Amino acid sequence: MTASSPTSTPKLSCKHVWKLYGKGADQHLRNIDVAGQGAAEARDLAQSIRDEGGIVASTDVSFDVLPGEIFVIMGLSGSGKSTIVRCLSRLVEPTAGEILLDGEDLLKVSSKELIDIRRHKMGMVFQSFGLMPHLNVLENVAFPLKLQGLGDKERLERAKRVISLVGLEGRESSFPSQLSGGQQQRVGIARSLAVEPEVWFLDEPFSALDPLIRRQMQDEFLRLQQELHKSIVFITHDFLEALRIADRMAIMKDGAVVQIGRPVDLILNPVDDYVREFTKDVPWELILTAGDVASGNAPPAGIKEVPASTNVADLLPYLASHDSGVAVRKDDTLVHMTSQNVIAALASGVSDASAVKD
Amino acid sequence: MDSSSDRSLVVWLAVTVLVAICVVFAKNLGPLVIYPDALVLPVTDPMNTAMRWFVVTFGWFFKAISWLLDWPILLAKSLLHAVPWAAWFVLWIYLALRAGGRGLAIFTAISLMYMVTFGFWSQSMNSFALVVVSIPMAVALGFALGTWGFLSDRAYRIIMPILDLMQTVPAFAYLLPILLLFGFGTTVGLVASILFAFPPMVRNTIVGLRGVPDEVIESGLMSGATPSQLFWRVRVPTAQRQILLGVNQTTMASLSMVIIASIIGGTNDIGWEVLSTMRKAQFGESLLAGIVIALMAMVLDRITWGFAVQSSPTKRGAAGWIICAVLFGAAWLLALLFPPFKDWPEAWVLNPAPAMNAGLEWIFVEFRTVLEAIKRAALFYLMLPIKIGLSQAVSPFTWGFAMTPAVTTGYSLIVAAVAAYFSFKGKLLPALWVILFALVLYSGLTGLAWVALSAVIVALAWQAGGKNLALWALAGVAFLLLTGIWEPSVISLYLCGVGVLLSFIFGSAIGTWASENDTVSRMVRPVIDTLQTMPLFVILIPFVMVFKIGEFTALLAIIVYAIVPAIRYTEHGLRNLPHDVIEAATAIGTTPRQLLWQVKLPLAVPSIMLGLNQTIMFGISMLVITALVGTDDLGQQIYIGLGDGDFGVGMTAGIGMAIIAMIADRITQGFSQQIQARLGVKLNESL
Ligand SMILES: Nc1ncnc2c1ncn2[C@@H]1O[C@H](COP(=O)(O)OP(=O)(O)OP(=O)(O)O)[C@@H](O)[C@H]1O
Ligand SMILES: [Mg+2]
Repeated sequence: MTASSPTSTPKLSCKHVWKLYGKGADQHLRNIDVAGQGAAEARDLAQSIRDEGGIVASTDVSFDVLPGEIFVIMGLSGSGKSTIVRCLSRLVEPTAGEILLDGEDLLKVSSKELIDIRRHKMGMVFQSFGLMPHLNVLENVAFPLKLQGLGDKERLERAKRVISLVGLEGRESSFPSQLSGGQQQRVGIARSLAVEPEVWFLDEPFSALDPLIRRQMQDEFLRLQQELHKSIVFITHDFLEALRIADRMAIMKDGAVVQIGRPVDLILNPVDDYVREFTKDVPWELILTAGDVASGNAPPAGIKEVPASTNVADLLPYLASHDSGVAVRKDDTLVHMTSQNVIAALASGVSDASAVKD
Repeated sequence: MDSSSDRSLVVWLAVTVLVAICVVFAKNLGPLVIYPDALVLPVTDPMNTAMRWFVVTFGWFFKAISWLLDWPILLAKSLLHAVPWAAWFVLWIYLALRAGGRGLAIFTAISLMYMVTFGFWSQSMNSFALVVVSIPMAVALGFALGTWGFLSDRAYRIIMPILDLMQTVPAFAYLLPILLLFGFGTTVGLVASILFAFPPMVRNTIVGLRGVPDEVIESGLMSGATPSQLFWRVRVPTAQRQILLGVNQTTMASLSMVIIASIIGGTNDIGWEVLSTMRKAQFGESLLAGIVIALMAMVLDRITWGFAVQSSPTKRGAAGWIICAVLFGAAWLLALLFPPFKDWPEAWVLNPAPAMNAGLEWIFVEFRTVLEAIKRAALFYLMLPIKIGLSQAVSPFTWGFAMTPAVTTGYSLIVAAVAAYFSFKGKLLPALWVILFALVLYSGLTGLAWVALSAVIVALAWQAGGKNLALWALAGVAFLLLTGIWEPSVISLYLCGVGVLLSFIFGSAIGTWASENDTVSRMVRPVIDTLQTMPLFVILIPFVMVFKIGEFTALLAIIVYAIVPAIRYTEHGLRNLPHDVIEAATAIGTTPRQLLWQVKLPLAVPSIMLGLNQTIMFGISMLVITALVGTDDLGQQIYIGLGDGDFGVGMTAGIGMAIIAMIADRITQGFSQQIQARLGVKLNESL
């Protein structure tokens, strides 16, 4: 995982995107300046559209994806994750809003330019793979290149290269129906990488796989990203998956983004119960680091010093027997951390405080 | 009791009273019983005049098409004849091997060998030439229309009803206008075959293209497909299997129509061979040629089907084709060296026909009494009562007593007792239906006043589909009356009705048995599969051989063909019930018998109703063909129209037949939907 500095310009950015379905879908937003209204106004508007029988799949969605970043979108089924990622690739035409790829509004490009962008800049992986049943592995992977009219030699060369990247050498002439789910998704991944895209969309790529294979695929995915440094939008409804791979993530509900931040921000400072619900069962000791829970105060002199990235779990035995706590080195400053800080951090993830009555 | 069943009761009471009046006062009601000729509109003459004008004015256009189409036929024919049979052998066996493995290859080899050794090769190739030319045209036409229907909703709404109509018009009726427009010749068979064969292709294309999963489309788009790439490289290949199933159905329809078209004569093909020998009562020869058609149908079906279901390609080999080409050449060379590999010598042709005829003769002599008894029993105790009614059919000569006033009174009393029993149990509607049935049985369908029969039909339509369907039925009945084809229509109704009734009773019984017993299922399956692929008039041959021409033969042919869907849908319906319901019922402790009668059958009713619907459709398509064995129904009118080139007569009869088919279709569909709604299930599969 590469932490990107907040100052870099976004690769892809999504501004006030709305998508409506159902009757009168193109009427509701006709005279509304979507960029000019606040979050509360947007929420009321969405509600009034729903009351009139419209379907709001995306409500005023805005976020940025930085170069080389893995941006995860999470939410319950029907919360509009697929819709928003399809808006980003214009598989679904947004009803309103802007989508900027390298600063250029994707919604304004002609269909010819769009095809060109998809051929060279975008790749997408689907939940149920979306492989062509009549093509074998090699042909499936080479399919986008074939559509571009690339010559046989270069096409097959590039296809073979990505096939070996995903570890499918030797299965080139198998057909999708002869592969397991995990292998099929590797084909899907290879195909989306064959065009060497800059932005990479993955819509619940591992949801159809069983837990063991899913873990293995996540590891491979991270390995690939370490080599390739794509800008990634990754959809999942599994918080643990998000935790493992996300640099930053957004949580969606009823078509709207509820919170954006690093996974640990979401755990430590959930904006509402919906977000807390997701983070509740996370084995916190795996994620919390000394830097996350330490107080802002300077440490008293003469206590032990640990780096900010130390896992809290590893400090527990020490903190249990040392009330004075430890000093945590954040960049070049030292801050104080005691067992009190750990308890406070954990408490923020718990909404039900009624176990002890006053 | 709710208001809708109240209304049913009123309607059926009115109908019953009307029918009763018509039966009791049949002698006094004159024009209400027999539709007066004076009220028949003279439609046939104007139709003929219009057609003649059309032919004179636009005939050149169709002649030109005919001339154009002659070329590919000629080409196909000369190609099929020029290449020695031994070389075709190689190609076919290779195709069979690829499509269905060794079993199919052996079956194909035996079939081809049969054609050669029994001396039918050349006639078979004449028929096959038409099939070969018509398939690509029908496929292209069907694919184009299917694509259009897929792309445009409006096109879909236009195309679908037309297809429905085309598929209810009997095959025979297609021939007549085509014959008049294109003139005698092989093109008639070709054009008829294209028109008859393209609708299944349209349907399958639409179904296939619609069924492509969204994610496949989206992944195509994300691969940067242009609209045309998306269609040709993503949608079409993904829908390939369904489209190929369309090709399979188109092939079968095409062959079937090519065979039927030989009825117009002038073609030395295999269909003509069957017909001409049948007409000369050379049944042995007819059967031998009929077997060729059956074999062709089975081979073509299995091969095209085999290619279609290899939906997930697992191997591809150019090597096989090269070997095939080499062997093809070798076989050709061999034929040059040994002429019998090209032209099977006359002297070597097997001809068991005389022996078969002699054997048949022997059977007639030996079993005459048995055969006669079967035929007479069916005729006197089943067919005639329904056709002319108990009042006419019962005589001392057949039943051993006459319909004296005393007997009639007895009959009425029994009916009254049964009806009283039902009404006593609160089942008023069934009580009415018993009375109605008894009345109809008493006077017979042909003896029933037209007013009464029309009322029954319209009431049925109303019960099944409400006011709209009733209006449609009324319009249909009016057409039959006004164009003067009421009488043959009633005969059609009677023949088809009896046939369908029996097919349905036996078929659902067999289907039920097959659903409970795997051995039975395995035995029944290939038989019904084969019957379904068989071109219709092949089915006639064995019955004509044994029972000669007549309504009884027609009835048997209808039953044997129409029983197929009855069996299929019943078994399917019973075997595909929700598991949890069956398990729950078993857990409660039902006996297998109770399970079948009280759980499975009631749940399978919608599927069985769909089977009834298909049974009727199959029955009607066979009915038209049975005109060949001398029925006097609408099919015969079509046949006569075809023979005399009388457009008006043939066409009104053809439309009449289609109207009957459509009304029967909508009525059974309507009932099926009502039952589905009551059970809360949704069925839309077709088998
Ligand atoms: N074509 C459409 N027509 C009408 N409504 C739609 C359409 N596509 C999506 N929706 C609605 O938009 C909402 C969001 O759907 P979306 O597929 O984006 O959810 P999701 O978060 O991806 O859910 P899942 O986790 O089940 O994939 C849903 O309520 C859905 O019913
Ligand atoms: Mg989704």
